[in-house]
Amino acid sequence: MLLQELGYDEKTVGTALNQEFVRAKDRAETALREGDAVEIVTPRQGG
Amino acid sequence: MNDPVRLYDVALSSRLLLGTARYPSPVILAEAIRASGCEIVTVSLRREAGGARAGEAFWSLIRDIGVRVLPNTAGCRTAKEAIATAQMAREVFATDWIKLEVIGEEDTLQPDVFGLVEAARALADDGFKVFPYTTDDLVVAEKLLDAGCRVLMPWAAPIGSGRGVNDVFALRALRAHFPDTPLIVDAGIGAPSHAALVMEMGYDAVLLNTAVSRAGDPVLMARAFARAIEAGRAGFQAEPMTPRDMAEPSTPVIGRPFDRLA
Repeated sequence: MLLQELGYDEKTVGTALNQEFVRAKDRAETALREGDAVEIVTPRQGG
Repeated sequence: MNDPVRLYDVALSSRLLLGTARYPSPVILAEAIRASGCEIVTVSLRREAGGARAGEAFWSLIRDIGVRVLPNTAGCRTAKEAIATAQMAREVFATDWIKLEVIGEEDTLQPDVFGLVEAARALADDGFKVFPYTTDDLVVAEKLLDAGCRVLMPWAAPIGSGRGVNDVFALRALRAHFPDTPLIVDAGIGAPSHAALVMEMGYDAVLLNTAVSRAGDPVLMARAFARAIEAGRAGFQAEPMTPRDMAEPSTPVIGRPFDRLA
């Protein structure tokens, strides 16, 4: 839901909640609470 | 395949692993990858504003080239951050290979070897094929192997410094101590001659980025590195002569004219 609202393509992002990985298939069931730290990352150049 | 290098049961003919960052343009990046002949490129994960789509465009470019990717955990400062990043990378890039970086110090970007070993163990237990970016410390190398790593990636010098091999004796000792472990020199390589040197020492491969991407002509430099690495590898296999302190004539001494006049 959050990913759609923010305009991400869900297939090419990785997600974490409070520094813990959240699998793509678990995103829909993962509830967010006040103060949670959400990470949404996409592929990028790297060394 | 002639003289392949085996990394986690994948046989590769190129001994160059190339980073994808800091190129003048995506077109030059793609040309440099092709010119290098490399079969593995490193990639990363970063935040991006929703709808920006730069990440998708980059990933599509890499997939079109058809090389294997080695995602990194660049910039992670703790084992926990690196583990979460690796897990996200496995899902996004659909590979269980991970270049594991846990950075301990900002000026030198030197690995936090304690966090590195901790993260390596957790990731190896979780089925990852870990490529740890480490120092040339022999004891740390032992611990990484014990943690489940089957490849080691010691630095030559700090990331992006281009200084070449800082401690040739430490790298030589590491090579001698782990004759059967694939060893890839990662970081600090600045010129093709640096890459040739470590290959002559018997290293299995070289991972570099800035030396190519920040060269005046990255495509030409990619080609130069490919040749230097091939030359260094051949030099190692050909078994170099033993150095001497004093001269030894290469031309036969017997039959030298004017000898009797001396």
